[in-house]
Amino acid sequence: MQEKKRKLTIAKAMAEAISLEMRASDDVLVMGEDIGKLGGVFGNTLGLLDEFGPERVRDTPISETGFIGAAVGMAAAGMRPVVELMFVDFFGVCMDSIYNLAAKQSYFSGGNVTCPMVLMTSVGGGYGDAGQHSQTLYATFGHLPGLKVVIPSNAHDAKGMMAAAIADPNPVIFMYHKALQGMGWLGTVQRSITHVPEGRYTVPLDKAEVVRTGRDITLVGLGHTVHIALDAAAALEAKGIEAEVIDLRSIAPLDRETILASVGKTGALLSIDDDYHSYGVGAEIIATVAESEKVRLKSPLKRISYPDIPVPFAPEMEHAVLPNCDKVVSTVSAMLEARAHV
Amino acid sequence: MMEPTREQMLWMYQTMVASRHFEDLIKPAYFEGKQPVFNMAKGPLPGEMHLSDGQEPCAVGVCAHLRPTDAVTATHRPHHIAIAKGVNLNDMASEIFGRANGLSGGRGGHMHLFDPRVNFCCSGIIAQGMGPAVGAAMAAKLRGRDDVAVAFIGEGAANQGAFHETLNLASVWKAPVVFVIEDNAYGISVSKRQATAVEGNAERAAAYAMPGHFVPDNDPDEVFRVAGEAIQRARSGGGPSLIEIETIRLEGHFMGDAEGYRPEGEKTSLQEKDPITRYRARLESTGAAAGDLDALEEDARSRVAAAFDHARQSASPKPDDAFTTVFA
Repeated sequence: MQEKKRKLTIAKAMAEAISLEMRASDDVLVMGEDIGKLGGVFGNTLGLLDEFGPERVRDTPISETGFIGAAVGMAAAGMRPVVELMFVDFFGVCMDSIYNLAAKQSYFSGGNVTCPMVLMTSVGGGYGDAGQHSQTLYATFGHLPGLKVVIPSNAHDAKGMMAAAIADPNPVIFMYHKALQGMGWLGTVQRSITHVPEGRYTVPLDKAEVVRTGRDITLVGLGHTVHIALDAAAALEAKGIEAEVIDLRSIAPLDRETILASVGKTGALLSIDDDYHSYGVGAEIIATVAESEKVRLKSPLKRISYPDIPVPFAPEMEHAVLPNCDKVVSTVSAMLEARAHV
Repeated sequence: MMEPTREQMLWMYQTMVASRHFEDLIKPAYFEGKQPVFNMAKGPLPGEMHLSDGQEPCAVGVCAHLRPTDAVTATHRPHHIAIAKGVNLNDMASEIFGRANGLSGGRGGHMHLFDPRVNFCCSGIIAQGMGPAVGAAMAAKLRGRDDVAVAFIGEGAANQGAFHETLNLASVWKAPVVFVIEDNAYGISVSKRQATAVEGNAERAAAYAMPGHFVPDNDPDEVFRVAGEAIQRARSGGGPSLIEIETIRLEGHFMGDAEGYRPEGEKTSLQEKDPITRYRARLESTGAAAGDLDALEEDARSRVAAAFDHARQSASPKPDDAFTTVFA
């Protein structure tokens, strides 16, 4: 019997995963600003307060150093806190709790104390919210040992990855992109709203997925840029170019094997992300391929990312510097054109 | 007690009217392009918009005592404070519309207004203006000037680490700074009662050996009196003070906020306490002619309207402008 299609947004899929894990274990609880009655600024805890009450769904004061530090302590005691800090841009005030406490708890204890916590946060701009509310900061977190850093591109993965994150014995930074979240007031890429099975399931936190196959070039994206890559792949198909698209899903750990296998086949790579350019996600992916002794390249490795400037407010500036489908299509075209002339 | 002069009272009234009119003109502009489906990215004013309706007494009662060389750091809800501090209306409106001639050429937008001509800035990060205010105050002190600094924050920010650290630091250094808490009872959706261990944040001043004042009922004259004393104390070398003002947020946290977290009837009862209406009644009952107040209002509104016209007629930045000013 075919399962009935249930189309959910990423926000609803996240809430559903948390709800199922909370039913399964009393150790799971949710904390953060505006996650109770409001249901999270980005909707990913909606309904949890009604179902589980204020003891397990705790609206916090604006005291991130305190409540994220408290989550580390709860995790050490074997609980599984799911914590929200609504914008990744706000982490500066509590970074110590994250990179010196959560990330190092296992190491400092020789593996005797774990830190099974999930830190949810929104990333991404494109809607005119300026430089303290629009960053992605993937690489900032990916750079810090001891943290897992994941970002779903669709609702199916969001639910399975949230369940996996809650089950994981390590701190997981669970980033969700505002352009995919399914909050009407932000607009949403429709492709991120997918069928989501009702029951509990997990999606691994260490496996990238080939979401479109092709022989000519590998496009690597994460979160929103997966959709940019897919749009570009469709446009390139019309020009006779077959692009393979990889959804990273996680940058720490990074599934290097899937990237290498794909580039081994296509001989060309374009990485697309919306984090700052230098020392970023694209740099790590390019280095991964460049260091491989097996991959034979047909083109120089390329990346599209966000330039090394704060996010400007005015749309004329912001939209011009964000990655988009046209930039991908023209970069790929130029890469393959150059190859044809070698 | 320092009493406002008649002239100062009229300035406070007119400035509150200007601030409110500024927000009133933002409202329709913000929804341009965002209807019928609300999408924050659309229209001439994209992004979040935090309006200050109801909180005007905090800004005018404090800023009535300040000179351009005194520093002010404000919050993500900054318009009333910026206007009371004397930020140029045209440049501010242009910035909020993301125009090339705005305060930062459209790079900052409404939460990141910087006007060094009157020593004003604000930030979208809760409580993070407090440290810079202490720094501005210490710069004045070390240079032998009698300028002061004022850090405005919301009541939610009093639970941030930065609040406690900067209060202690300011006290240890005897910095000429005044910390002003606008208590509008909510941090987005979470009520003060749910989030704050003490009844009033003025009590917290005792922990940092500085005077703490509570101003009830959103009264501009009472804000003026208490702030005047604190600012005078700072200016004369007496060190920092903390003031908590009981104010009201007449709009949502941001535009588009459904405000489902408010108890039923709260919004209506708040509107009945509109501080501008009440202050006008006080001015009239103490001898101001209605016609004179109307003229002040008209002048304020026309300056604000001119600023919006100026902004709308101004050119947008060029895409490449995004790459300049990253470094000095």
